[in-house]
Amino acid sequence: MSDEQNSVSDILEDSTYKYGFTTDVESDTFAKGLDEDVVRAISKKKKEPQFMLDFRLKAFAKWKTMKEPEWPNVHYPPIDFQNISYYSAPKQKKVLESLDEVDPEVMRTFEKLGIPLDEQKKLANVAVDAVFDSVSVATTHKKKLMEVGIIFCSFSEALQEYPELIEEYIGSVVPVGDNYYAALNSAVFTDGSFVYIPPDTISPMEISTYFRINTEETGQFERTLIICAENSYVSYLEGCTAPQFDTNQLHAAVVELVTLENAEIKYSTVQNWYAGDKETGKGGIYNFVTKRGKCLGDGSKISWTQVETGSAITWKYPSCLLIGDNSSGEFYSVALTNGHMQADTGTKMIHIGKNTRSSIISKGISADHSSNSYRGQVKVGKNATNARNYSQCDSMLVGDKSSAHTFPYIETANSSVQVEHEAATSKISEDQLFYFESRGISRENAIEAVISGFCKEVFKQLPMEFAVEAQKLLTLKLEDSVG
Amino acid sequence: MLEIKDLHAGFDGNEIIKGISLTIKKGEIHAVMGPNGSGKSTMAKILSGHPSYEAMGGEILFDGENLLEMDAEQRSLAGIFMGFQYPVEVPGVNNAEFLRMAHNARRVKAGEEEIDPLDFDDLLSEKMKTLGMEKKYKERNLNDGFSGGEKKKNEILQMAILEPKLSILDETDSGLDIDALRVVSEGVNKLRNENNALILITHYQRLLDYIKPDYVHVLSDGKIVKSGDKSLALELESQGYDWVTTAN
Ligand SMILES: Nc1ncnc2c1ncn2[C@@H]1O[C@H](COP(=O)(O)OP(=O)(O)OP(=O)(O)O)[C@@H](O)[C@H]1O
Ligand SMILES: [Mg+2]
Repeated sequence: MSDEQNSVSDILEDSTYKYGFTTDVESDTFAKGLDEDVVRAISKKKKEPQFMLDFRLKAFAKWKTMKEPEWPNVHYPPIDFQNISYYSAPKQKKVLESLDEVDPEVMRTFEKLGIPLDEQKKLANVAVDAVFDSVSVATTHKKKLMEVGIIFCSFSEALQEYPELIEEYIGSVVPVGDNYYAALNSAVFTDGSFVYIPPDTISPMEISTYFRINTEETGQFERTLIICAENSYVSYLEGCTAPQFDTNQLHAAVVELVTLENAEIKYSTVQNWYAGDKETGKGGIYNFVTKRGKCLGDGSKISWTQVETGSAITWKYPSCLLIGDNSSGEFYSVALTNGHMQADTGTKMIHIGKNTRSSIISKGISADHSSNSYRGQVKVGKNATNARNYSQCDSMLVGDKSSAHTFPYIETANSSVQVEHEAATSKISEDQLFYFESRGISRENAIEAVISGFCKEVFKQLPMEFAVEAQKLLTLKLEDSVG
Repeated sequence: MLEIKDLHAGFDGNEIIKGISLTIKKGEIHAVMGPNGSGKSTMAKILSGHPSYEAMGGEILFDGENLLEMDAEQRSLAGIFMGFQYPVEVPGVNNAEFLRMAHNARRVKAGEEEIDPLDFDDLLSEKMKTLGMEKKYKERNLNDGFSGGEKKKNEILQMAILEPKLSILDETDSGLDIDALRVVSEGVNKLRNENNALILITHYQRLLDYIKPDYVHVLSDGKIVKSGDKSLALELESQGYDWVTTAN
């Protein structure tokens, strides 16, 4: 009994956004505004090698010629890019020797978020890089990973320690001018995570980055680069939260993944940025993210799993470039929108090599006044003989004021390919919930059962603890919306 | 066990049930018959606590407690079971898992530990055997794509797992083939004992040959217009409803 009651009361207690607090830390923040000097200053502040500055300047020049995309099915007032500060870091006197030197307030913040960082409490099987506003504050389990040759550190550190790896791969998956937000990120990114898995290595633990936006008027522009060499494997997790502000914060990240021959990267995200006020829609994060993986080696594999439950606006298409023969890409997504949230999310699978395979499973749940769009592109090049794609896009509507849209684009230049697309729309009805209740099953458990049934194929892809968390998160977000 | 006193009820302000009184004791079987649209399902939904239906007057006591103050979940946990006329489909939720959730909710209420999936599977297999149900009922999703008759059988399986004190079976017989009707009726009879009671809503005398009611009530336009013993059902079968509704 007590267990049962606990979980229910936990759920009730959580029904407002529990990550909505801010932390009072002294930070080093640039004045608002963006020009070439700001770009140079960021690079200088971080003591970057010349190639990095050149990369940034090229991106900035490109960005100035570009326009914000208008094709996504989302609506928001124009963003004033001059009204954002492009650098904010918790103030630190010097380079940290150990975690003991991290501002205790920052450590406490992560602990409150369920991510203990200090040596005694850190999670045993997960290595964590904690990014606070734009800066990586702590990375756990580094030594242990290094013993098997795995590099896991903040992007800034990687630039100092392994510049040749960065120079080789940065921008190789997402070119500086790829899209408006990627160009902006390439010019002004401040930090992020870097992972390198050497050949023939299975990572002994999950690797994760935890992003936290704390300051009201900064944008978060982080950069993640993961390289998985021949015959290696890594599972990578990413989590995000932000405090509650009435204004909107911009989060424009770039994630690049590269797999060499027979390597595999499994990348999972649970995104719970603040979504704005449920009633008025005020505030919340604009989540404009470019994530792309390149299966460069033959037989390699990249799999994206995302559970998107937050942000006022989500614009995000984790994609795979299937270059190596026999390589494969997967995309598993649950996107929940409620309140006034808007999501336009999906994937691109670009088949270039022979016998390349991709599968797409997308589950959209829309509640309240929200709008949820799936946008997916499957493109098969002329040399991609025997390429195969399977797509399944299901939508679930909760209540009758929300909307769901599906925009599949299929383009094939080779006649030997097989492309299959399925789509279905369903509803959680009051009668379904009553059916559960009339069998003595609580409403919370009923919603959880229906939702986890709907999302089964996606949750199966997540590491166990993440799956449990994700399920709870969805249930608590939907409770007020059903009925 | 159940006392309905001058109940008025309906939905959206429409009065469908217009003053029903009925007392049901432990061990009894009551059949409720009546023309289409007379309010039989509405009465059943009021008893099981469907949120769209409201009581507009009168009271219902179940084991001395005010039933109208409990929500559907509490009523179920208190021992009321409703076999739906049109069971809803729930894709994605495995039938056996659903049954286990329902069973566990009861155990938790009784202060017992939840049953683990393997032990529950044994229990389920045993119940399914007595009801002559095939394995597919475990593997498939809750009523998802079930035929009309399969849905009804699945309702009885739930009843067998939940062992309610008072079961209200709303036209469980319609949609069942002749063999299934016999098997399901035998199943229901096996679940009977001197401590539980049954309300059978039906249009057909045939069901009452298998499950013998102590009382038969005829509902017309939201009222009980005639009550009697089993012979009333036989008379209705030969004479139709006009005979009671106009006599009233
Ligand atoms: N949710 C509802 N929406 C609209 N009308 C309803 C609803 N529920 C009941 N009614 C109406 O109330 C009346 C009684 O319906 P009810 O389902 O109780 O009849 P019944 O006796 O069970 O009939 P049947 O023998 O056909 O099953 C009917 O006129 C029906 O149309
Ligand atoms: Mg009916």
